[in-house]
Amino acid sequence: MSILMQDVRKKYGNDYALKNVNLTFQKGKIYGLIGPNGSGKSTTLKLITGLIFPDSGNVTLHGHTVTRKTSVDIAYLTELDMFYDSFSVQETINYIASQFSDFNRNKAELLVKEMKLENNKKIKSLSKGNRARLKLVTTLARDADVILLDEPFSGLDPMVRDQIVKSLLQYIDFDNQILLIATHEINEIEPLLDEAIALYYGEVIGQEKVEDLREQKGLSVLQWFKQIIGTIEEDN
Amino acid sequence: MTTEFQSSKPIYMQIVDRIIIDILQEKQILGDKLPSVREKAVQIGVNPNTIQRAYSELERMSVVETRRGQGTFVIENSHLLDELRLSMQTEVINEYVKKMKEIGITKQQMISELQHYLKEED
Repeated sequence: MSILMQDVRKKYGNDYALKNVNLTFQKGKIYGLIGPNGSGKSTTLKLITGLIFPDSGNVTLHGHTVTRKTSVDIAYLTELDMFYDSFSVQETINYIASQFSDFNRNKAELLVKEMKLENNKKIKSLSKGNRARLKLVTTLARDADVILLDEPFSGLDPMVRDQIVKSLLQYIDFDNQILLIATHEINEIEPLLDEAIALYYGEVIGQEKVEDLREQKGLSVLQWFKQIIGTIEEDN
Repeated sequence: MTTEFQSSKPIYMQIVDRIIIDILQEKQILGDKLPSVREKAVQIGVNPNTIQRAYSELERMSVVETRRGQGTFVIENSHLLDELRLSMQTEVINEYVKKMKEIGITKQQMISELQHYLKEED
């Protein structure tokens, strides 16, 4: 059970979104894709979902090339949200359950309770924090092999963030799932990660086990990230 | 609340320290079971692999033992508290002396400053 990216290049127009990316993701681990805006984090996630395809190189899931069909095994929380304003929380959950055969209604119910969402509330009346909570509910309730979260904390207050972190830890199935979180909020995410992958202008400029960084180099992920960016910019 | 961590020390070691302090303050009782890895992970907002590593380290230090199928327990040993307190003390003193040296304080001054400070506190 793994995701493999080999020599992946992706261009938008004349600009490289990713160049020569080689990465492996294995189950039971939480990976952080970190980097500033425009570094290729979202592109990487989209390539794994099969929403876009590489110009060259390969992306495989469990040994099969990623296509639109392999996306059934992937739960993807996008930066955008795609809820219908006139639906209630319950209707939204029903709708999503009808779209994904791996949707686990029990899990969804537990998550809704934990996130203190009201089933009969309309989407349009939800606060930003509650919309983000619902997004997470609909993603985590799937028994998918892979969970991809694109900026799950952006614009949320620390209380909501804490709750999302806790639900993540509670509901991830560590024996069977791969979790990838793309974010530029490095400090907030660090305690959650097994490994950090640093992206910068479409290239992987570093990959480290978080605890090894601290133990061997005495650096937090953010310090490490700043350090490697510093050396790159000096060279240029 | 999820917990804040210092940036220089491994997170698992910071968790080890906190569990030891909990034991010294008797928030965690000798012989009692620690929360499961998952529970502890959710409680403090940390990757379960990191908690597992902290528990293994505590086991290596003979502070806890893992009983098959039952969980991780604080060892019931009356000397444990003394030993832990002593090793924590050494660590704190090391840190104190190191920092004082960094700002150019002599050994004599360290002692007299500390005595002075403690008198004020009383």
